[in-house]
Amino acid sequence: MTIAVKVMGMLVSFVARLVTGAQGHWKGCPPEALQRIYFANHQSHLDWVLIWAALPNDLRVRTRPIAARDYWTASSFKHWLTREVFHAVYVSRQRTDDQDPLEPLAEALQHGDSLVIFPEGTRSNKGEPQPFKSGLYHLAEQFPGVQLIPVWIDNVQRVMPKGEVVPVPILCTATFGAPMQLQPGEDKRAFLERARRAVIALRPSAS
Amino acid sequence: MKALQSLDDEQQVALLFLILFGLLGLASIAAFLRSLRPQDTAEIERHERLLRDLRAVWIGASVFWLSWLSGPAGATLLFGVLSLIALREFITLAHTRRSDHRGLILAFFIVLPMQYLLVALRSFDLFTVFIPVYVFLAIPVLSAMAGDPERFLERNAKIQWGVMVCVFGLSHAPALLLLEFPKYQGRGAFLLFFLVMATGAAQIVQELASRWLRRRPVARRIDRSFSFRAWMAGALGGAVVGGLLFWITPMTWWQAMAWAFLVGACGSLGDFVMRALKKDAGVRYWGNQSSVTGAVGLLDRVAPLCFAAPVFFHSVRWYSSLNP
Repeated sequence: MTIAVKVMGMLVSFVARLVTGAQGHWKGCPPEALQRIYFANHQSHLDWVLIWAALPNDLRVRTRPIAARDYWTASSFKHWLTREVFHAVYVSRQRTDDQDPLEPLAEALQHGDSLVIFPEGTRSNKGEPQPFKSGLYHLAEQFPGVQLIPVWIDNVQRVMPKGEVVPVPILCTATFGAPMQLQPGEDKRAFLERARRAVIALRPSAS
Repeated sequence: MKALQSLDDEQQVALLFLILFGLLGLASIAAFLRSLRPQDTAEIERHERLLRDLRAVWIGASVFWLSWLSGPAGATLLFGVLSLIALREFITLAHTRRSDHRGLILAFFIVLPMQYLLVALRSFDLFTVFIPVYVFLAIPVLSAMAGDPERFLERNAKIQWGVMVCVFGLSHAPALLLLEFPKYQGRGAFLLFFLVMATGAAQIVQELASRWLRRRPVARRIDRSFSFRAWMAGALGGAVVGGLLFWITPMTWWQAMAWAFLVGACGSLGDFVMRALKKDAGVRYWGNQSSVTGAVGLLDRVAPLCFAAPVFFHSVRWYSSLNP
C-alpha cells in the first residue's frame, strides 16, 4: 500500500514537472519546514498539484490541500488519491448550522500541518483574483503563530484552458512571497484586501 | 594522423570522450583554483556565471556520452525529449492564446513524435518535407477551426516557427547518426560529435573574442557583444577544432575545416536570433535566475545546434550524392 502511494506521488510530480516545469521561486522566504498557510490565486484544477510539485520533499509531506468532500470522496480512486497521496483536509460544501466550516482546517493546524488554501473560493480567469473569502482572516486570528505566505501561480490557465481535456506543456511558476501577519486591531476587510494585494504583487511583470 | 585513423571505432570513441572529459576536468580545476583567490563582488559574479556555464557543459557532455552508450534509438529518444523541453520553453515565451490550444496539441503530441519516428525509420525524404510542407499547412487549418480571427497569421507564424526551430532543426542532430555514407557505414555518430564540437568551439571563441575585440555591435538593441569580427573569429575557431577532428569524419582536413566554419557561423547566428527572441519576451538572462515565467535555459543552449544541424545535414547529404 505504501509503495503504491510512493509510486503515485512520484508519478504525479514527474508528470507535473514534465508538463509545467513546476518551478518554485522563493522570493520572500526560504523553503523551510515551518508551519505555514500558503494562500494563492486560483485559476485551474492544476493549481494545487503545481504548488505541491514545487515544494521540496520534506515540506510536501506536511503540507495539505483542502478538498470538497462530496467530489473528492465520490469514487474510491479519487478518495485514495486525495487521502493517501495528498493528505487532503476534507470540507463539506453544504453549510449546516451546528458545524463551523473551518473546523477541519483548524484541526489540521492544531496537529502541526501546513495548509494550502485558495481564498477566492472559486476559479477565476479574469487576470486579477476575485475578492478573498473571510476564512483566511479567521485562521489568521485563531493561529497567530502560523506564517501566512502569499503565492502567485503563473501560466497554469494556459496549460489547460477551461473546456479542454488535454494539457499542453507550458512552463509555470509558483512565486512564494514574504510572510505576512494579522496586525493588531486590523479590520477583516482591510486584512483580506491586503492579503489579496500581496498575492497580486508577486505576479511576474512580463505576463 | 594515420595512426588515429587506423584505430577501430570503439577506440576512437573512447579517445574522443577521454579528450572531451579531460579538457572539461582541466577547465573545472582552473575555475576552482581561481575561486581560492580573494575577489571583489564583480569578479565573484562573473565567476558564478562561469561556473554555471561550466556546469551546463558538464551536463551536456554527460548526456551526450549516455546517448552514445544507448545507441541510435536512445539518442533519437534523448533528442526527442530535448526537443520537447525546448519547444515548451519557446511556446511559454511566445504567449499563445486560448484558441491556439488545439494547434499546440498537434505540435507537441503528434508532430514532435512523428518527426522523431521518421528519423528512427530513416525515411529522410519525408523527414525533410514533413514539417516545412505538411505541418505548415495543417497548423493554420486547425487554427481556423478554433474560430478565433484575432491576430490569426501572427499566432500561426509563432507556432510554425517554434516547431521549425525546436523540432525540425534539432531532429537533424540524431538524423546525422543514422545517415548512411558509402564507405562510412554505421559511423554517423562521429558526424554528430563533429557538429557539436565545432558549434560549441565557435560559441566559446566568439564569446572570448567579443570580450577582447570590443568592436561596434551589429545590433545594439539585440546583443551588445555581437560584432562581425567576433562572429568571424568564432567561426574560425570552430574551423580549427573541426580540422583537428577530421580523422573521425569521411572528409579531408580542409573539407572538415570548411564544414566546421560553416556550422560554427550558423550556430552563432542561431544564438543571435534567440537573443532577439528573449529581448522580446523580456528575459534578461536565461536560466533559473530570472523572474520571468518560462526561462529554464535550455532553449538558448540548443539554439546554435538547431540552426547548424539542418545546414550541416543537408550540405553533407548533397555532397555525398555528388561523390558516390
